[in-house]
Amino acid sequence: MATSGPFGGKLASWPVLRQLRSGDVTGLGATAASARTRGLAARIRTADAVVKSVCPYCAVGCGQLVYVKDGKLLDIEGDPDSPISGGTLCPKGAATFQLVTGTHRLDRVLYRRPYGTEWEVLPLEQAMDMVAKRVKRTREETWEETSEDGEALHRTLGIAHLGGATLDNEENYLIKKLFTALGVVQVENQARI
Amino acid sequence: MPGLGISFGRGGATTFQQDLQHSDCILIQGSNMAECHPVGFRWVMEARRRGAVVIHVDPRFTRTSALADLHVPLRPGTDIAFLGGLIHFILENGRYFEEYVRSYTNAARVLREDYRDTEDLDGLFSGWDAEAREYDTDSWQFEGRDETLQHPRCVLQVLRRHYARYTPDMVARICGLDRELFLRVARTLCDNSSRERTSAIVYSVGWTQHTVGVQYIRAAAIVQLLLGNIGRPGGGIMALRGHASIQGSTDIPTLFNLLPGYLPMPDVDLTKDLKAYLRTYASPAAGWSQLPKYLVSLLKAWFGERATVENDFLFDRLPRISEDHSHLATVASMADGGVRGYFVMGQNPVVGSVHGALQREGLRKLDWLVVRDLALIETADFWRKAPEVQAGEVRPQDIRTEVFFFPAAAHTEKDGSFTNTQRLLQWHHTAVPAPGDARSELHFLFHLGRRLKALYAESRDRRDVLIQALTWEYPLEGEHEETNAEAVLREVNGYDVKSGAPVSGFEALQDDGSTACGCWIYSGCYADGVNQVARRRPGREQSWVASGWGWAWPKNRRLLYNRASADPEGRPWSERKKYVWWDTQKRQWVGEDEPDFNVTTPPDYRPKEGATGLEALSGTAPFIMQPDGEGCLFAPSGLLDGPLPAHYEPEESVMQNPLYGQGRNPRRLEWERRDNPYHRAWGDPRFPFVVTTYRLTEHHTAGGMSRWLSWLSELMPEMFCEVSPELAELRGLTHGDWATIRTARGAIEARVMVTTRVPTLQLNGTTCHQIGLPYHWGYSGRVRGSSANDLLPLVADPNVFIQESKAFTADIVRGRRVPKENP
Amino acid sequence: MPATDPTPRKGFFTDTTVCIGCKACEVACKQWNQLPDDGFVFTGMSYDNTCHVGASTWRHVAFVERPIRLQGQTAGIGDFSWLFMSDVCKHCERAACLEACPTGAIIRTEFDSVYVQPDVCNGCGYCVAACPFGVIDRRKDDGRAWKCTLCYDRLKGDMQPACAKVCPTASITFGDQDELRSKAEQRLAELHGKGVTDAYLYGMDAENTPGTGRLNAFFLLVDRPEVYNLPPDPVVPTKKAHAAWQALAVAGLGMAAVALTAAFSVREASR
Repeated sequence: MATSGPFGGKLASWPVLRQLRSGDVTGLGATAASARTRGLAARIRTADAVVKSVCPYCAVGCGQLVYVKDGKLLDIEGDPDSPISGGTLCPKGAATFQLVTGTHRLDRVLYRRPYGTEWEVLPLEQAMDMVAKRVKRTREETWEETSEDGEALHRTLGIAHLGGATLDNEENYLIKKLFTALGVVQVENQARI
Repeated sequence: MPGLGISFGRGGATTFQQDLQHSDCILIQGSNMAECHPVGFRWVMEARRRGAVVIHVDPRFTRTSALADLHVPLRPGTDIAFLGGLIHFILENGRYFEEYVRSYTNAARVLREDYRDTEDLDGLFSGWDAEAREYDTDSWQFEGRDETLQHPRCVLQVLRRHYARYTPDMVARICGLDRELFLRVARTLCDNSSRERTSAIVYSVGWTQHTVGVQYIRAAAIVQLLLGNIGRPGGGIMALRGHASIQGSTDIPTLFNLLPGYLPMPDVDLTKDLKAYLRTYASPAAGWSQLPKYLVSLLKAWFGERATVENDFLFDRLPRISEDHSHLATVASMADGGVRGYFVMGQNPVVGSVHGALQREGLRKLDWLVVRDLALIETADFWRKAPEVQAGEVRPQDIRTEVFFFPAAAHTEKDGSFTNTQRLLQWHHTAVPAPGDARSELHFLFHLGRRLKALYAESRDRRDVLIQALTWEYPLEGEHEETNAEAVLREVNGYDVKSGAPVSGFEALQDDGSTACGCWIYSGCYADGVNQVARRRPGREQSWVASGWGWAWPKNRRLLYNRASADPEGRPWSERKKYVWWDTQKRQWVGEDEPDFNVTTPPDYRPKEGATGLEALSGTAPFIMQPDGEGCLFAPSGLLDGPLPAHYEPEESVMQNPLYGQGRNPRRLEWERRDNPYHRAWGDPRFPFVVTTYRLTEHHTAGGMSRWLSWLSELMPEMFCEVSPELAELRGLTHGDWATIRTARGAIEARVMVTTRVPTLQLNGTTCHQIGLPYHWGYSGRVRGSSANDLLPLVADPNVFIQESKAFTADIVRGRRVPKENP
Repeated sequence: MPATDPTPRKGFFTDTTVCIGCKACEVACKQWNQLPDDGFVFTGMSYDNTCHVGASTWRHVAFVERPIRLQGQTAGIGDFSWLFMSDVCKHCERAACLEACPTGAIIRTEFDSVYVQPDVCNGCGYCVAACPFGVIDRRKDDGRAWKCTLCYDRLKGDMQPACAKVCPTASITFGDQDELRSKAEQRLAELHGKGVTDAYLYGMDAENTPGTGRLNAFFLLVDRPEVYNLPPDPVVPTKKAHAAWQALAVAGLGMAAVALTAAFSVREASR
């Protein structure tokens, strides 16, 4: 929130007093401005960095500017340099700040054990180890070296993947590369939907 | 994207959004562009300001219609009838661009004598095997040419005959629209397509999500080829993707049947070894003649030193596909216990995919599920919040699935690139660190791979050869050991194996193992060791084509097939539509854009007998990825459900197909299972209304990125259905009150919005009521509601396995859903 | 505003004929100003669920479904059109809120906009009753009056307001009044030339809206103001009782004491 508190700090600048001093009885003009008002400035003027980005919602590909101060997001706006979007955004793009800073975002790995009734928190490294072991186990249990006719299959149908289309190209590349090497062929994406 | 790929050679939009401003007429159909791509729509508005006519053909009057000059409603699922009507109109009235059609398309090809059309076989093409439910495509092949275009079996004449019955009256009857409105669309489109003028067609998932979806796009391709609108400024087919990198997700596919760069995934029957693979997929002429270089370079990128000439670059060890392993097939298998482990990354299938109940059933049968997302979406929480659980039909303590939820990093917390709807790669930079244990997918995959490589390090089993050989060394950064995304992009671009230097583009790739390249169509994105994707020369500091902003595949070409913007002699068709032309002084192609053609091949070049590769294409062949360089009016191969689009009714319809005895796409994919019941093909008295599903501006697809946000949720807080005043009266529905919509798969509840925007149509004298359903809601999030996709069955297009959710049937009654109703 | 101030008068020209009803302006405003939501209620009023400009919605898009054809358009569903209009504070030449405010919380800025100083406002609500457009409103949680600031903080930094910047189709344009006027007149002539004779400008001149003077945020409309939920003849209440104003101003001094004892908390909107 851009406000700095109800009274702008100093009683001396209380408009009524200033108004009395200046003799501006109607007090409709600049003399009625409080210290807070007079010191008002767009918060992004103090940003440490303006990072170039791309809207994560639809495929129009609008440019975004991400304003950062002290390692925290200050603001996300359209990038006027973009030849596609020219600084504009749609309501979703305009809500990106809330998408990335909102309280809906989780920051711990959650685990629900078989037949469990609640989520538990897991350390990240432990969770990664557990997933790797499950991939190995399932892959081995469901490996198909050849078909019934003896044709090479070299795969597992016991593991599948479904990815969203907000993943980066580089991430998709590692998905395809890793899963193909593991023999996982059921690799699919939002593009199928 | 076979619709575009088969017709023109590449599976991507033929043009770019800014180019829409140069259109004289824009036909938006199968897309609600103003609502789903509001910022892209600014270029439509700009065209309109300059005098273009904007036409919106859509079952509903939407925010796009509100800004169009002409809105034409049609029955959901009948667009091929409409587009076929346009083809009929163009051919019967001689409105096609003759020189373009003659020079740049396969209109002159003559078909084999044994070809039979849907006209002869009541809705089937020759080669149909009723038992196997598939076509033998031998009879669809060409055997000659007729430059006069008069031969009865030449493509132009076959086309004329095929669409003879798609008369304006027939279009009106099938689509439920006014004949005169249809004719107005046809005339406007033709009046704005010539040497001097160009028209563009814009579509989105309103065309793809059908059992005959690929053929919708094929029909549009035929219209645009006949009118001479492909490869020219203000023309083209603008495919609008729905997600930030959906184009990227097919280019570097996380799709079962593709390897990066649209290389086919090895198939158990066709590709026993590398030789067989190359024999099957490399064409002797044109762009795909280079396929061996692309594949070998990919194998080198993946398997490094272990991939050698002697071992065929480890091709033999690659996994094989043998059947449909697509998302829907996988879900069906999952529900039967065939899948044990499932990774879901940034996706919410229980809301976004058809048949939510079956999706959740599948999740309950897994051993383990990994969900990675920003918030606790429905797919992660299925075991405690699903409707079945809430209704007490299933208890969490009976669900065995082990679930891992990993918090994901947002786009502001990682480096990487998206490929937008116009094939444009744009880089986003890290702005802030991800919170807590949230990590990027790049991090997750790298460290999962690292662990697996360690687990398999000592193995002597040959099934583990690929994971052992896998090149998996990327620089790691920071305390979280984040994978360096630029290093991955560099591998995608390709490099010289010996020196490690990035290659300049796919022309530099070799098939001898001396080059590596992760995705050949992206080759050049890291040319000169520079991240070309991150280029950001401001739009105002360059021409409107903006070649200095980001990087587009292929080779930074923005408007594809732009050789066609010049006449066969290489001169612009008109001053007004000048774009790329042959400079007789410089002896090369020049213009606004990178020429999508060999830059020094003159217009009068004619290939010698036996020429191969690009040298096999003449100087007048703009479609360089096609074996013959021609735009495909008739598609002899590549599509499973016919060489020409024919109107078939959706899986579930309110009407019998008036055109053919073969009512529905004979090749459509069905899943015959007890838990996937279908309605009668047409006129099912239990489900008398047509339903279509869609998105709203205020939400994003399955809601994972919008329903948790207060600023978006307040704008569209509740699931609703849109019905006409006539249907409301028929069913006693009250505006603002509740209604239950029911199919054989399930029932959902929604608030009622009574509006004339969703019209009741007249079909040949009978009344056709529509129900409109946005599909964003689910059982979690700040705002919750029923999921429209719970109503849908598993049924799909055969070419791309995409679900049919734009046209089906249902019933609607007043009041809230009785909990037990949901199966 | 001092007569010598060289800063040109600023404002909005909102051309409703190019609005696509996307509501980006509503969200961009909330984002920049970190405003809370208005609740999650399905209203059934076409696609409008925030209903009106208020204390926490400073830009609001109205949706009008009319059984009337829009000039120049053919709708295959019959006589029908769907109008969208992004409403906002008008920053009136004679601002009723400013005249009604007894505490000096509402001021006229150097850009000729009307600004509510949240640190001064005591929540008396006189402005709320006075505004002929129903724009200014008190927020339930903190009691103070809030409305569009014309992004006063951004203007001071030579940045345009968030809503105008975000608008994908340039329905909302921000700028100097002189430029906006000529742009609006040009657009009106263009539309009239195309046969859209219903188009007119609302609030650009004092003759249009004599009761408030010209509006610094003015509109191009194609139907009567009431259709868009705009008053056909907005009037500043104090216009008829100007003499009472001086008394109110004095009363304001008394209110200051009340204000000093009030405690306010600022709610974080972002979540």
